[in-house]
Amino acid sequence: MIDPLLIRKDFPMYRDHVEMQGKPLIWLDNASTTFKPDCVIEAIERYYKKETSNSHRGDYDLCYQMDQEVMKTRKAVANLIHCKPEEVVFTSGTTEGVNLISFGWAMEHLKKGDEILLNEAEHASNVLPWYKAAKVTGAVVKFVPLTEEGRVSVENLKAAISNKTKIVACAHVTNVLGYIAPIKELAKVAHEHGAIFVMDGAQSVPHMKIDVKDLDVDFLVFSGHKMCGPTGIGVLYGKYSRLEETQPYMSGGGMNDKFNMCGEATFLEPPARFEAGTQHLAGIIGLRAAIEYLQSIGLEEINKYEEELKAYAVKKLEETGNAIIYNAKSEAGIVTFNIKDVFAQDGATYLNSRGIACRSGQHCAKILNDFLKTPATIRASFYFYTTKDDIDALADAVKNGGNYLDAFFN
Amino acid sequence: MPSSIELTPQIMREIIMDHYSSPRHKMTPKDAADYSTTHSASVNCIDDINVYLKSKDGVVTDALWDGTACAISTASTDIICDLLLGKKDEEALYIIEQYHHMIHEEPYDSSVLEEALAFMNTSKQAARIHCATIGWDAFESIIKEGHCHERG
Repeated sequence: MIDPLLIRKDFPMYRDHVEMQGKPLIWLDNASTTFKPDCVIEAIERYYKKETSNSHRGDYDLCYQMDQEVMKTRKAVANLIHCKPEEVVFTSGTTEGVNLISFGWAMEHLKKGDEILLNEAEHASNVLPWYKAAKVTGAVVKFVPLTEEGRVSVENLKAAISNKTKIVACAHVTNVLGYIAPIKELAKVAHEHGAIFVMDGAQSVPHMKIDVKDLDVDFLVFSGHKMCGPTGIGVLYGKYSRLEETQPYMSGGGMNDKFNMCGEATFLEPPARFEAGTQHLAGIIGLRAAIEYLQSIGLEEINKYEEELKAYAVKKLEETGNAIIYNAKSEAGIVTFNIKDVFAQDGATYLNSRGIACRSGQHCAKILNDFLKTPATIRASFYFYTTKDDIDALADAVKNGGNYLDAFFN
Repeated sequence: MPSSIELTPQIMREIIMDHYSSPRHKMTPKDAADYSTTHSASVNCIDDINVYLKSKDGVVTDALWDGTACAISTASTDIICDLLLGKKDEEALYIIEQYHHMIHEEPYDSSVLEEALAFMNTSKQAARIHCATIGWDAFESIIKEGHCHERG
């Protein structure tokens, strides 16, 4: 049972009563980034204050300990998503993860006329790297239509896929609408046609239990900062055989086996092959603290609580009679809406004036707006430290949202 | 510059809402070839507009705009169109300069800003400064480019 008020004691952003516009901060932008608990901040601080060292082949104790710390985090990630530690590659985040697959796998394996299948709800980071791979290889990016409700469906993928399809990439939870995609079934369809399946877990790994072996995805990418971890650290999971057939898109120290002055070099085995240069070591340590923190609360509990918050928010916003909700039925803790007759950005500014942090815009999924038939929306997104009081404050603001110029004159 | 009408928050709201709900200059010119134009969009927001300026003998004869925009950018862009009409380039640039000073809470000459004074509180919502200036910046760049043109 989640007790958000108790949980908030672990978070300086809450404990220190951070304000915005002179009002208590109400943070409803968790799909964008999340607050950090003490244990994560302390882990980072410990690295900088007491454990500073580089990793890889050091001859002294601090360096040896650093290598152990990195390995412990690989194991923590493996435990979180149910894979082997050597299938865990550290990246700067989801975006780098997709780029790594695009440059390192797609550009190596795709040829002219091959197809990459995406869908209309994808985030820019799961669209643009594929455009790049298509441009370089002559492959084509195609978009699988969403259902009328806005879901990714197995039927629509079946209708769109062909033997030319080499990659199917899909977000587990879309960042605007918050529907959960049937990943296991989608991956099965992809594999039946000889395509690999890439799962964007940026909006799902922080919120629910993930088992990559059960889902049978070839790659999974996610970010640390959306799960109470530091910014600048993320994970690429790849089935080991897939990682073996992936080329590094960055080279340098820490990833080569040997090289000579004739321009020849051999690379280390995965995952080290993809981790050129000094890694974000403080971030790696902080990520482990975040994973352990989330597990101590329980990802199933978190998921259940967010579903409850979502249902509560939809009910409360509907009661105002002043909101247009675009995703009332989606599962994740994301509500996408507009205040009636108010342009999204004006609405979000008004919320800011009430101390409420929501995001307006196209949420990096610019192609989705053709589907929603509105130039922009406001998005409120929750986490396990969100309270029903936060949602009440949002609903109260939405109710009075017609006076949105109050933001400038009150 | 004492104004004969005191600019109350209520009046400022009405000015913004009036230009937002019925902008006077929001249209695509039919004879686009006669206009200098520029496109302006921001990565930070949804605003995505084109502005159009027509001049004769160094004097603005028409100013228009079109696109997708919030209340703040709609009203502020529409108001600058009003202010530019009949102005020489240097007068226009002076007005734009004063507006920028006002937006950034620096000393400014309020005597030339007329309805644009409604945006004097923009810095209360700092994230919206680019909305209040997107059209102004676009017109400024056209006028400055025009200057280069004449000199060249």
